[in-house]
Amino acid sequence: MSAPASRFRKLWLVPLALAALTAAGLTSALVGDGAWDALSWLALAAPVFAAGSLFARR
Amino acid sequence: MISALAIRRWCWVHKWTSLVCTLFLLMLCLTGLPLIFHEEIEHATSTLEQPEELPAGTPWTSFDRILDTAMAHRPGEVAHLVFSDPHHPHELYVGMGTTPEASMEDDTGVIVDARTTRIHGTKKFGEGGIMDWVLKLHVDMFAGLPGKLFLGVMAALFLLAIVSGVVLYAPFMRERSYGVVRRERGARLRWLDLHNLLGISVAAWVLVVGATGMINTWADLLLKLWQVKELGAMTAAYQGQPYRPPTASLESAIATARVSEPAMKFSFVAFPGTAFSSPHHYTIFMRGDRPLTARLLKPILIDAQTGAFTDSRDMPWYVTALLLSQPLHFGDYGGMPLKIIWALFDVIAIVVLVSGVYLWWKRRKVPVEIDLRQSEPATEFAAVKEGSIA
Repeated sequence: MSAPASRFRKLWLVPLALAALTAAGLTSALVGDGAWDALSWLALAAPVFAAGSLFARR
Repeated sequence: MISALAIRRWCWVHKWTSLVCTLFLLMLCLTGLPLIFHEEIEHATSTLEQPEELPAGTPWTSFDRILDTAMAHRPGEVAHLVFSDPHHPHELYVGMGTTPEASMEDDTGVIVDARTTRIHGTKKFGEGGIMDWVLKLHVDMFAGLPGKLFLGVMAALFLLAIVSGVVLYAPFMRERSYGVVRRERGARLRWLDLHNLLGISVAAWVLVVGATGMINTWADLLLKLWQVKELGAMTAAYQGQPYRPPTASLESAIATARVSEPAMKFSFVAFPGTAFSSPHHYTIFMRGDRPLTARLLKPILIDAQTGAFTDSRDMPWYVTALLLSQPLHFGDYGGMPLKIIWALFDVIAIVVLVSGVYLWWKRRKVPVEIDLRQSEPATEFAAVKEGSIA
């Protein structure tokens, strides 16, 4: 793998994944109830957890 | 690769858009926190009587009786609106005001049991305790439409701040991976990394809540546009006729609307002369019954004198956009866990805002290049002595 590609992945892989999970979570609770809501909670918990863990490692 | 000049420009954008809106955004985040749970707080502090336990499937009495009950409770006033809240399936909110055109914000809402016509109490803005004031501060800072539009501008600046912050994430993180916080190099660098990482983690959420908040500040204008353009076109034949108090049966008007949209549910009816209707019609708003469509409304106009069906059209795209943007701003569409997640996002946003102000304050004497160069303390000291531009 080339150096710029690896640098891009190091920087952006997690933020892009968190943004995708946020979008999926925000949408899924709109689409339906029950399992859709649960899916939304799981997806949206990811960015919250990621942000919280930045403090936990202090 | 983004050029040094471009970075300096984006830094300028990020600094100034953030500085201008931060104080207001902090207010919005702090007032927004209890507002996420407004339903629970209102329920816990409510002085309204609870609906009686009646066998499931007990039918509603007629809307005419419900209306008569509310009118008798507020003699001399006129009805503005009858609203069915999906969260309180047996209760109807009857908004009463002094004149047909009087602002609905000043309404006294009579809460009537739709099955028994028993009155559970009344609601009026300002009598609902502290939450009314928190809401008013959040929505327009007690400044009406100008206050809303001002907060809309602040939201636009906030969106610019988010976008510029995302652009600056890469140049400021340099060779470090996501999650790496420099902890041993002083408080400023530690908070710079935390600001960047927390910010990029919640960027999508703040973007959505900020953008939908901005759309909500235009609600009054969009409603007015709908009233003039769409409602005007639907009731062109009535133009020039004077207002007359409604005489047609409300029950049969709503029945006619239900026949017109059998797959939809009754949401609310706006009375003649109010902002949601024409001077000559009951406008009955029907809603969908799926999570996605429950907030989408379709108006049906019934002549308030004859009870005849006049017209019904789908809402224009800008009202649909407004209605869809509301749940995405409030976070009230996925039960209590979603509300808690919303509150956690909100707290993280507050940390990003406050750390941003802190970094700006500490940074006034440190040029941008220092953070970009990921410098050794020695070079940082040298650059400061050289007096580079902050």
